[in-house]
Amino acid sequence: MVRLIAFLVGLFFSGMLLLGLGDTVVSAIKEPALPTVEAGFHEETLPVTFAHDGPLGKFDRGQLQRGLKVYSEVCAACHSMKLVAFRDFAALGYSEDQVKALAKGWKTEVPSINPETGEPATRPGIPADKIPSPFANETAARAANNNALPPDLSLITKAREGGPAYVYSLLLGYRDQAGYKNEEGKELLKEFPDAATPTGLHFNPWFANLNIAMANPIASDDLVTYDDGTKATRAQMAKDVSAFLTWTAEPKMENRKSAGWAALGFLLIFTILAFMSYRTIWADKKH
Amino acid sequence: MSTVKKTNGAGKKPAKAASKVKPAAPVVSAAQDTTEGEGVRRRDFIHIATVSFAGVGAAAVAMPLVSQMSASADVLAQASVEFDVAAIEPGQAIKTSWRKQPVFIRNLTPAEIEAANKVDVGSLRDPQTLADRTKPGKENWLITLGVCTHLGCVPLGAASGEVKGEFGGYFCPCHGSHYDTAARIRKGPAPLNLNVPEYAFLSDTVVKIG
Amino acid sequence: MSFPWAQEYKPQGTVSKWVDERLPLPRLVYNAVGAGYPVPRNLNYFWNFGVLAGVALVIQIVTGIVLAMHYYASVDGAFNSVEHIMRDVNAGWFLRYAHMNGASFFFIVVYIHIFRGLFYGSYKAPREMIWLLGVTIFLLMMATAFMGYVLPWGQMSFWGAQVITGFFSAIPLVGEPLRQLLLGGFAPDQAALNRFFSLHYLMPFVIAGVIILHVWALHIPGSSNPTGVSVKGEQDTVPFHPYYTAKDGFGLGIFLILFVAVTFFAPNMLGHPDNYIPANPLSTPAHIVPEWYFLPFYAILKAFTVDFGIPFTGIIIIPAKLMGVLAMFGSILLLFFLPWLDTSPVRSGHYRPLFRKFFWYGLIPSLVVLTYCGGKPPYTQWVVLSQIAAAYYFAHFLIILPIVSRIERPLALPNSITEAVTGKPLPAAA
Repeated sequence: MVRLIAFLVGLFFSGMLLLGLGDTVVSAIKEPALPTVEAGFHEETLPVTFAHDGPLGKFDRGQLQRGLKVYSEVCAACHSMKLVAFRDFAALGYSEDQVKALAKGWKTEVPSINPETGEPATRPGIPADKIPSPFANETAARAANNNALPPDLSLITKAREGGPAYVYSLLLGYRDQAGYKNEEGKELLKEFPDAATPTGLHFNPWFANLNIAMANPIASDDLVTYDDGTKATRAQMAKDVSAFLTWTAEPKMENRKSAGWAALGFLLIFTILAFMSYRTIWADKKH
Repeated sequence: MSTVKKTNGAGKKPAKAASKVKPAAPVVSAAQDTTEGEGVRRRDFIHIATVSFAGVGAAAVAMPLVSQMSASADVLAQASVEFDVAAIEPGQAIKTSWRKQPVFIRNLTPAEIEAANKVDVGSLRDPQTLADRTKPGKENWLITLGVCTHLGCVPLGAASGEVKGEFGGYFCPCHGSHYDTAARIRKGPAPLNLNVPEYAFLSDTVVKIG
Repeated sequence: MSFPWAQEYKPQGTVSKWVDERLPLPRLVYNAVGAGYPVPRNLNYFWNFGVLAGVALVIQIVTGIVLAMHYYASVDGAFNSVEHIMRDVNAGWFLRYAHMNGASFFFIVVYIHIFRGLFYGSYKAPREMIWLLGVTIFLLMMATAFMGYVLPWGQMSFWGAQVITGFFSAIPLVGEPLRQLLLGGFAPDQAALNRFFSLHYLMPFVIAGVIILHVWALHIPGSSNPTGVSVKGEQDTVPFHPYYTAKDGFGLGIFLILFVAVTFFAPNMLGHPDNYIPANPLSTPAHIVPEWYFLPFYAILKAFTVDFGIPFTGIIIIPAKLMGVLAMFGSILLLFFLPWLDTSPVRSGHYRPLFRKFFWYGLIPSLVVLTYCGGKPPYTQWVVLSQIAAAYYFAHFLIILPIVSRIERPLALPNSITEAVTGKPLPAAA
C-alpha cells in the first residue's frame, strides 16, 4: 500500500518536473534570454592584495592611519560609520591623547540636548562615543544626495562580494561611458543604445548595475596630505581607505588569526596523541 | 585506565606482547621491550597524555566562555567620565550619573568647610576629616556617590530646596540617616560616610571621575 | 537490553555502591557508552558521525547560551547587538563565528551521518524507529537553523524569513491566515523576531530530548555495521569503552581541526555578504539565497515551473508554487517511509550491486547538482539541471528503490562479522 502511493506520488512529482523541463527547454529555444548590458560590461573585481590577506596576514597600522585620514576627510561628509567608536582608534596605534583629539576634532559633533532649554543640540565627541552620522536620519541623507542613501561603511567590506578588493576597484572604476569598450572591443552604447547612464548617476562598470549614484569621490591625487609623507595618489588613497574599511569591518581580525594558529597547533598535537591512543587500544583487534 | 587493563591485559598474552610493541614504539622509544608490565605503562602513558591534553583544551575553551561575562569594552569605556564643574556656584550641588550610579558634586561655601573642620573626628562613626575626602587645593569640591551607605537610597540635599538634614549636608528619607557638610554620617542607621569615588581634576574646572 | 556477554557494571568503592543503589546513573552510562555496551568490531569511520553530531549540538548550545547573554531581540537593536558582540564583548567574535560555523558543521556531520544510514541500510528492521527519530531530529534542526538565521536581522535574515513564511500562503484557503498567525503580523517584524528567538532557544533542548530517544532506540538492537550482518557472538563485538571512545576521540580531533580552520581562517566563507547589511523591508536583495544546507530543498522548490491542471482547458488544480512547496516538504517527509519502500532483506550497500549503482551514479550526483543549482539565479541552464536532478531524486526513493529492492540479486553475505574481518568463522557457541 505504501509502495503504491509512493509510486504514484513519485510519478506525479517526477512527471511534473519532466514536463517543466520540457517547457523550460522549449521556452529557451522559442524566446531565448536576451543578453543584458550587465552581463556584457560588468567588470570583475581587480586582483589587488592587501597586507592583511591570508592566514598569516596582519594590518599595516601606518596604512590604517592613512585610510582613516581619507575616510575622515573625503568620505565622512556623506557616509556614516555608526558601529565604530572613537576609542577603537587606539588599535590603530594612536595614544590616549591622540584619540581624545580625534574625537573632539571630528567634523561632525555628537547629538545631545541643551542642558538649559532641552532643545536638541550637539557637543564635541569623547572617546566613548560612536562616530556621529553626518545626517540626522535617512530622510535627511537622501535629501542631500539626490534621493540616494550613502551606505554606512562600518561593515562595507564584509557586506560586498570581493571585500576590500571590490571597494578598491569601485573607487578607481569610474569611466566615461561615451566610447566605452569592454575587453572584446564591443562598445557599450552601440550594443545597448538604451543603456545610457541616467542623469544624476555615474558610469562605473565595477558597480553591479553599472550606474552608481555616488560621484567619483577620489577624482584626483592629493585630496589629503598624509602625515607620514606618502604620496597621496588616487590608487594609494583607494588602497589605504579599503584597508581601513577592512579594519572597521573586523577590528579583531588579527586576534582571530593568532588564536586560530594556537588552536590548530593544539589540536594537531591532540589529534596525533588521540590517534596513537586509538591505535594502541585497537592493536590486538583485527577490524 | 583500569578498564583498559581489564579488557586488554586479561586477554590473550602472546598476541598482545608481539603487537603492542609496534604501535607503542613511535610513542616513546624504539626499545624492544616486550614485558607486559612495561607495555601496559607505555599504553597508559599515551592515554593519560591524550586525556590530559583534552582536559587542557577544555579549560582553554572555558576561558572565553567565562570571560565573555565580564564587562565588555563599551561598558569599560564608560568607566570614567569627565565633568565640567565651572557652572556650580559655591553652596550649589549637582546630581549626575557615573557608572549608572548617582554622584553629588558640591561646591562647599567657606562656612560649610569651617563647620566640617570644627567637628571632633574621634566622635564620628566613620572618622574622616574633610581633607581626607577632598583633593588638596580643592577642598571646596566635595564629590561623593549619591548612595546612602545604609541600604542604598538616594539621599536628599543636592538639589536646591531639598531637605539637608540636621547637619546641613544630606538627608536620607528612607530610614533617617543625616550626613554633614562633608557628607559624613552623623545620625541614623548608615554605617559609613558617603563614598568618595576615585577622581582627579584635569584642569581648574574639569574633573574626571573613575 | 544488550548482548548476554556484555560486561556487568560492578561498583567498587563505597560511594559508587551508595549512588548505584539510589540513582543508577553511573550504571546507565557504563551500559550505554562504557565497557558494558558491546559494539560490532568492524565499524568504519562513517560510524563516528553520530557522536560528532552530538558534539556539534553541544557546541551550538554552549555558544548559543552565552551569545543570548548579549543579543537583543529588537528589530532596531538586533543587528547592532550582534556587532556589539563581535566588537566589544570579550571573545565575542569567537563565540559568534563559532556559533555561525558550528551550525554549518552540524549539518555537514548530520548529512554524512544520514548518508551512512542510506548506504548501509541502517533504516531497515529492527532499526526503523531510530531512523524515524533521526528524520524528526533533522526536521527540528532545519527549523532551528532557519529561525537562528533570522535573528541577526540582516538582509538575508529578513528576506529569507519573508520567503519561507511566504510558503504558507501557497496553501489554499488557510494559507494566508496561517502565515499571519505564525508571523504575528503581516510581514516579518518585531513579533516574529521575538518568537523566533524564544523558539530558537527552546528547540535545541527538544532536539536533545529526541536524541536521547534516538540513542535509546539504538541501544535496543545495538549498532549495525558495514556488512549489515547481525552480531552473532562475542567475537563479533568489542566493548564501546575503550575501543570506540578512543576512535571517537581521534575522530573528534579531526573534526575540530576542520571546524577551527574554517571558524578562525575563513569564518564568512559559508555565509552570504548580504547578511552584513541591516534588514531593509523596502529593498529586496538581488538574489535571495538560504544557507548552503538548505540549497537542495530550495532547488526542488524552484524546479516546479508548470502548473498541474487539465490540459487545453486552462483549469489549474495545483499551481506550480504550491507544488514546489509540497515537493520541498515532501522531499524530506518521504524519508519517513524509506524502511517500507526499500524492502531488500540485505542491509548493506556493499552486497547490493544494483542499489549501489543508483546510489553513487544517481542519488549523490543529483543531490550535488541540486545543492549547486539551489544557489544560482533562475537562468535557463540552472533551472534545467534542477528539474532533471529533482526528478531523479523523487524517482530514486519512490520508484527506483522499491523496484530495485524487489528485483536485484545481492552478493553472498558473510556468515558473521568475525568471518568478514578475520576470514575465520566464529568459534562454536560457548
